Amino acid sequence: MNTTQPQLLSGDEAIALATRDAGVALGTGYPGTPSTEVLERFSELGGHAQWAPNEKVALEVAIGAAFGGARALCTMKHVGLNVAADPLFTVAYTGVSGALVILTADDPGLSSSQNEQDNRHYARAAGVPMLEPSDSQEAYDFLLAAMAISAEYKMPVLLRPTTRVCHSKSIVRPACNLPAPAAAHFVRDVQGRVMIPAYARLAHQRLREKLTRLAAWAETSPLNQILPGDKSLGIITSGISFEHAREAAPQAGILKLGLTWPLPMEKIRRFAESVARCVVIEEGDPVLYESIRAAGIAVEGMPGMYHFGELNVARIRRILAGDVSAEPVPPRGKPPQLCPGCPHRYVFELLQRLDCIVAGDIGCYTLGVLPPFQAMDSCVCMGASIGVGLGLRHVLPEAQARRVVSVVGDSTFIHSGITGVVEMVYNPPPTGHVVIVLDNGTTAMTGLQEHPGTGRSLNHGPAKQVVIEELAKAIGVDRVHVLDPGREPAAFDQLVRESLAATATTLIVARRPCILSAKKIREYEATRAENKQN
Amino acid sequence: MSSNKVVNIVIAGLGGQGVITASDILADAAFRAGLDVKKSEIHGMSQRGGSVASDVRIGEQVLSPMVPPGEADFLLVLSADQVEPNQHQLKPGGMLIAPEMIDESALQNKRSLNVALLGILSAHLPMVPEAEWIKALKTSLPEKILEVNLQAFALGRGKKSA
Repeated sequence: MNTTQPQLLSGDEAIALATRDAGVALGTGYPGTPSTEVLERFSELGGHAQWAPNEKVALEVAIGAAFGGARALCTMKHVGLNVAADPLFTVAYTGVSGALVILTADDPGLSSSQNEQDNRHYARAAGVPMLEPSDSQEAYDFLLAAMAISAEYKMPVLLRPTTRVCHSKSIVRPACNLPAPAAAHFVRDVQGRVMIPAYARLAHQRLREKLTRLAAWAETSPLNQILPGDKSLGIITSGISFEHAREAAPQAGILKLGLTWPLPMEKIRRFAESVARCVVIEEGDPVLYESIRAAGIAVEGMPGMYHFGELNVARIRRILAGDVSAEPVPPRGKPPQLCPGCPHRYVFELLQRLDCIVAGDIGCYTLGVLPPFQAMDSCVCMGASIGVGLGLRHVLPEAQARRVVSVVGDSTFIHSGITGVVEMVYNPPPTGHVVIVLDNGTTAMTGLQEHPGTGRSLNHGPAKQVVIEELAKAIGVDRVHVLDPGREPAAFDQLVRESLAATATTLIVARRPCILSAKKIREYEATRAENKQN
Repeated sequence: MSSNKVVNIVIAGLGGQGVITASDILADAAFRAGLDVKKSEIHGMSQRGGSVASDVRIGEQVLSPMVPPGEADFLLVLSADQVEPNQHQLKPGGMLIAPEMIDESALQNKRSLNVALLGILSAHLPMVPEAEWIKALKTSLPEKILEVNLQAFALGRGKKSA
């Protein structure tokens, strides 16, 4: 059902609607705030959407779909693109046959992330075009534009909304009667897709030629628009900063860049020359500023303090006024906590009691670092708990080494923990090691998504289940145990003590459903049982 | 400030209290009334009982989705202990809508406090007709809790003269 009726949508919902309207055959990704809702909504709208074990696999699946002539969307949060960077850099060379859009949802201000990296660097580094929407209407329009650019130039395109675009709602007027894309069909192209050095050298040339053509198109593309204003002040900006800047400086002329790689440098030059003062306002790193200065164009950047955190109307007023005085610090609210009844609580209470050195990981359970537990000593990236724990065990004196425990959630384990367990078995530290998988049966942190270990697919229907303990046994872990620490706290206590004392590799699955998901899981299981009967 | 009059509302509370549901209902009602509307909040950690705040801006044309600090016309707070950390959002002369403005014993279900406070707010937003509020409530809330919430809304809305 295509409609031109306006709707009030979040950026994520708008992207999902455009994905449906663009005739995307496959949406794949890994959950990550603020990107998660895109695939969920696309699935609700009838699209084929699935969660991959991690972003690298998701992108590879999407590349396959696009090699097959279909349109594909791959979604992730900013740090997910680090995981998917390996295929990204080479699919830029191969290009695609159908269309491929990679959504990287950046999180300036770290609303729910371990860093605030600026993924505009990836567009330049990999040579992939990038579009940055500033509200839900543009989230819709730019997904369509990204698909169109990808289909025309036969190259992957990055779409970069930020948290404020993904999770803000604004009015969207969808397009109507978009033509359906061509059906998937395999056409052999060995030189184009098999990246041995001889073919890849040529592919690199083709990539640069495409970017040159695209840069020429960008000069006149409606994606880059000028809002005329007073000649005394011009602002060059992109994404959500555009909305803040218009409000902060209603009289200023604005060059609003929708396509931020490759840049329309002549358009930028003319705009900068047309105003007395030209300021680049960008959230995150000085990416636009440095590119524009490198092209010999006189523009003003932002003081260093404004490259931390999100921008907003008040901060842009300060930037334009050249105000570098200390910013007011808003009062701190109440920090989040592990829910009452959360199964992770038993584990962190014990680890605190045993004074363990805890290599932690990414998920709700990272809250184990805060009071009352204060039972986490590191958190780096998805799956890092196991490698970091092993490294500590290798170098610490024995008395300390024996206190080291790696703690990882079930979804994170599937995402990036399996290779860590292989490392543990292959290069065991002298004291062995202890890994505790906090298996609450869901990807709780991002809003209760399924994963390969739950036995249900993205839309909660039945799927084959990857059984963590069987996997650990097959890899060759010496001691594998499964226990519900809430039901058997004494046995869990004893098992962890024994494991720390043993000179062996141990993996304990602490299995108890997330308190938020338990009711929903019962409903999914009941539906499954009903369907089996019918 | 531009001449375009935008009404800024900040809704604040703790995770699980219905802050985001309330801002969804408000934004939907304004949208149905034909106004431009933007709303913005940070999800992520919000489910874990921490502070949550949602910004809603309505008017002829809304630009930034975030209410600039100190420019909220209305601050609607669901938890008494969240007034202090959000007070700085309110502009001088802005209106604080606090939980004690509702007699909890008059609510059929305490969990509909968010909607009762929206009722109070609604009486101060003449550009959004009551019928649109009712439609927004019907769209946003599950059938089984709709009646108690309509009652809560009416309770709050009736407070205008109080």
